Amino acid sequence: MSSDRTFALVGNPNTGKTTLFNALTGLRQKVANYPGVTVEKKVGTGRDRHGAAFTVIDLPGAYSLDAKSPDEEVTRAVLRGERPDTPQPDAVICLVDAVNLERHFYLATQVMELGLPVIVVINKTDEAEERGITIAAKRLEERLGVSVVPMQANERVGMEALQVALSASDLAQPQWTAVEDGDPATRYTAIETLLEGTVARSEEDRQTPSDKWDRVLVHPILGWVVLLSIVGGLFFTLFSLAGYPMDLIDGTFGWLGEQVEARMAEGDLRALITEGIIGGVGGVVIFLPQILILFFFIGLMENTGYLARVSFMMDRLMSGVGLNGKAFVPVLSSYACAIPGIMATRTMESARDRLITTLIAPITSCSARLPVYVMLIALMLPVGTAGQKALVMIGLYVLSIIGVYTFAWVFNRTLEKSEKTLMVLELPSYQRPSWREITLQMYERGKIFLRRAGTVILGLSIVLWAMTTYPKSDSEDGSEQLAYSAAGRLGKTIEPVIEPLGYDWKMGIGLVASFAAREVFVSTMSIIYLGEEAEEDSVRDRMAEETRADGKPAYDVRTCLSLLVFYVFAMQCLSTVAVTRRETNSWRWAILQVVYLTGFAYLAALATYQIGGFFLS
Amino acid sequence: MTDSRHLGQLTAGEVAAVGGMDLPETAAGRLREMGFLTGASVRMVRRAPLGCPIEFEVGGARLALRQADAAQIFVQ
Repeated sequence: MSSDRTFALVGNPNTGKTTLFNALTGLRQKVANYPGVTVEKKVGTGRDRHGAAFTVIDLPGAYSLDAKSPDEEVTRAVLRGERPDTPQPDAVICLVDAVNLERHFYLATQVMELGLPVIVVINKTDEAEERGITIAAKRLEERLGVSVVPMQANERVGMEALQVALSASDLAQPQWTAVEDGDPATRYTAIETLLEGTVARSEEDRQTPSDKWDRVLVHPILGWVVLLSIVGGLFFTLFSLAGYPMDLIDGTFGWLGEQVEARMAEGDLRALITEGIIGGVGGVVIFLPQILILFFFIGLMENTGYLARVSFMMDRLMSGVGLNGKAFVPVLSSYACAIPGIMATRTMESARDRLITTLIAPITSCSARLPVYVMLIALMLPVGTAGQKALVMIGLYVLSIIGVYTFAWVFNRTLEKSEKTLMVLELPSYQRPSWREITLQMYERGKIFLRRAGTVILGLSIVLWAMTTYPKSDSEDGSEQLAYSAAGRLGKTIEPVIEPLGYDWKMGIGLVASFAAREVFVSTMSIIYLGEEAEEDSVRDRMAEETRADGKPAYDVRTCLSLLVFYVFAMQCLSTVAVTRRETNSWRWAILQVVYLTGFAYLAALATYQIGGFFLS
Repeated sequence: MTDSRHLGQLTAGEVAAVGGMDLPETAAGRLREMGFLTGASVRMVRRAPLGCPIEFEVGGARLALRQADAAQIFVQ
């Protein structure tokens, strides 16, 4: 039925809007983007007390309806029915924070002037009580003539009363005289009159529990110890513990491939299924544990209120290159994978900051580079100790950090400046984490990752498989077939371009294949040097024996270094291109990202190889 | 000028009343919406470990501003 009521959920950031949205809709929600802007659109459905379905639109957090950020612009347009993609809601659920009632009524009173029925939800009443603040909701309800529901959304206290309020057959319009004057002071005076006698504060100045936490968590020394431990814990989990579920996924897909091989006759169709489809999908799904772990950590930090403190501590380090503290999490996330990293830029208000962070995100050393690094470092230092190899690995990470800072600085200098934006960071009170909410977020992010990246990678692996398979030569030998195939011809075509970097046509195929996803380099090398079914170690042996026309080893230190530098910078991940395109809503930035990163990677690798010639022969 | 002292000069725990602002209109508007109204009482809570930004308490909320922005908000 199209007569379902639509409620818009409105409130300041950090008011518990997402918690309430989840409580109202459960898993019946959809996340998309508003066309034309990088603002997330969340729509869910719930049922009222009479069993009738209703729709809830979770609007982006806003401090006022005088839009100052893209998020606020969307909130304002949807509420006024000015967005063609979203019908005007039938009523508004306006969420305010019991602790800062005056400030939250700034937005609430603006919403009450739209001519829509309103339900006011006063959230975090428990926290207000702890701080000696009591609110006479009934009195406020009489004054406004609409339902005013006190709640503790995270504990689901007050849900019943809210359900009653939104099940009412006709929802009331608020009795509120519009404030015509645009000066915030006039509105605050009107709010003061409205709230008079409804808020009681105990006079003693109590120290909040949050202050006690902050004594440690943003302490000049202890604060860093805690932050470093958390980041350390995150990386340990990402690169070590995640290995177990990743091996399991790898094994499962391997087993699946074997099952298909055992049951199907040899041929192109079987190869398409095992190499193209199962291999391709497996290649994406394997990153799922890392994505989930990452969003668990981010969700936990965000949910408890610690994330704002991280931004508070990091802002100084980021402001030098024109970023703000809120860019820390997206950049950190990108060290696991740039896709969730870019998705995490949505927490930033400034569109310009979001764009800069998105553009630099792929320079961070994502986990897909690891297998390539491991393989090339082993080739470069065949008799090197573990310590020497680790040193090269650390060097690559340092290089990527330098790259992130340098390019952030460059973009900050060159991108058109929007009016100098103010950095206001709200530091909400700490809260006990809601595991339900964190799990829900992990589920949502995991789903988006699999859907978005999965479709792209799947398509590409099929294309790549076809390019290495066709046209068919008569040779039974895998590597001769490769040279004859479309991919092989492509490698030979680009050989003159990559020769100054120290690469031959076979490495060229690896590079081209890596543009789909970096880790494909490793599997492509196996196909090139050994044909299929290769053990990785033996590929390395075989690659180490590979020689140039003059008899010198193909994978010498110079070439390996040049390849490593190339992999640090090059934009070789079609999923990231797709996500950038989606998040910035334009091909322009996605293409710019590919061009600048790959162009710079080429120059950096060229410089490495040519300068390396003076020192290494 | 009578409003020479600004929010960036407050020490931890110090309370002051907001005076004039020398900021672009959008920025000043946003700050006023968030409670930095003329005459509002602001308490400096602490500086971030690296000295910037600065945490203030205004109207029961905790908001952090950068030193450069805080220096444009004068106190009465």
